[in-house]
Amino acid sequence: MDRSLALLGLMSAGPTHGYDLKSRYDAIFGAARTIAYGQIYATLSRMIRDGLIEQIGQEPGSGPDRKRYAVTDAGRTRLASWLREPDTPSPTLQSNLFAKTILALVLDDDADALLDIQRHAHLARMRELTTAKAGAPLLDRLAIDYALFQIEADLRWIDLTSARLTDMRKEVRRHG
Amino acid sequence: MADPIITATGLTKSFGPTQALRGIDLSVERGEVLAVMGPSGSGKSTLVHCLAGVISPDSGSVVLDGTDLTALSPDQRAKVRLQRIGFVFQFGQLLPDLTATDNVALPLLMAGRSRRAANTQAIAWLDRLGLGDHADKSPGSMSGGQAQRVAIARALVTRPAVLFADEPTGSLDSVSSESVLGAMLEVVREAGTTVVLITHDARTAAYADREVIVRDGLLSGAYAPVPA
Repeated sequence: MDRSLALLGLMSAGPTHGYDLKSRYDAIFGAARTIAYGQIYATLSRMIRDGLIEQIGQEPGSGPDRKRYAVTDAGRTRLASWLREPDTPSPTLQSNLFAKTILALVLDDDADALLDIQRHAHLARMRELTTAKAGAPLLDRLAIDYALFQIEADLRWIDLTSARLTDMRKEVRRHG
Repeated sequence: MADPIITATGLTKSFGPTQALRGIDLSVERGEVLAVMGPSGSGKSTLVHCLAGVISPDSGSVVLDGTDLTALSPDQRAKVRLQRIGFVFQFGQLLPDLTATDNVALPLLMAGRSRRAANTQAIAWLDRLGLGDHADKSPGSMSGGQAQRVAIARALVTRPAVLFADEPTGSLDSVSSESVLGAMLEVVREAGTTVVLITHDARTAAYADREVIVRDGLLSGAYAPVPA
């Protein structure tokens, strides 16, 4: 999962501080690994440099926790583009797609649409493999079958996730 | 160049308070193999029944090979189905006491062909589907995969413009399923038959040229490409 984009997605829900951002990230994506403050602030600096977010104010006092950040138009465009970009079937897919799906729910975006985009990308790859399989030697066919089953497993996860979106939306709001 | 054999426009259909189709536009090209996917209750079967003239939509039109199915009476639609549409289902479609040849010859006999001509064509189709040596067997004595090949031969023997295949390998194991789908696709592509393949199985859908996904009575997948 691309953590910078996940953070950008969480920030798109509304202006936030670094501290709030960490709490929200850990609540939603931190099951496997929480994010360190160091990485939050490094990412925020990089996103400011790239014009994806901007500082919109600072509460009295000192320290990085006092700064408030908001996503710029360029940041929103970058996020929308990433959310709708299907991932190549691979072992890292699940975590990326998981992040996109959750962010779509956080942002009230069409999570079903994201999952369908990924379905079509997966089916396109399965189609290529199925075509390649016809007439291939047996050992090559076995290797292709292995790839097909891997992609199919992703698709089953997508189907299940799609069927659970209503419950997931409630769960995500509970962390909101 | 676009040459649609099926053009469905603005299809809606309700069953009581349930809106099964909520405005579907779909075009299927001549010779195309299209997979129709979607979860249970999505409207997938209703859509396919409308496309095949089994039921009439509440509004919208279906033009199949130049004929507006929605302008026909149920009897006229039945005639179109007999002459221009083939159906393959998951199971239960063959007459178990007849031989494979008799099963395949049946639609031709119903259309008024002579027994001799019907049998000759039936045997030729069984042969194309790799069942040349099984023509005299009854479906009850065949494997599931062989029986599905007989069903496919029977659906294709009238040379339909469109074949609707509803989970045609849903009751088969992976190896038989692959072999039946491979055989079916080979003969339909050779004959230039358009196929609408209804399935929830991704491996089956991967044999199609493209897929559409039905969700909540609408087609999904009509999304703008990602900006570069």
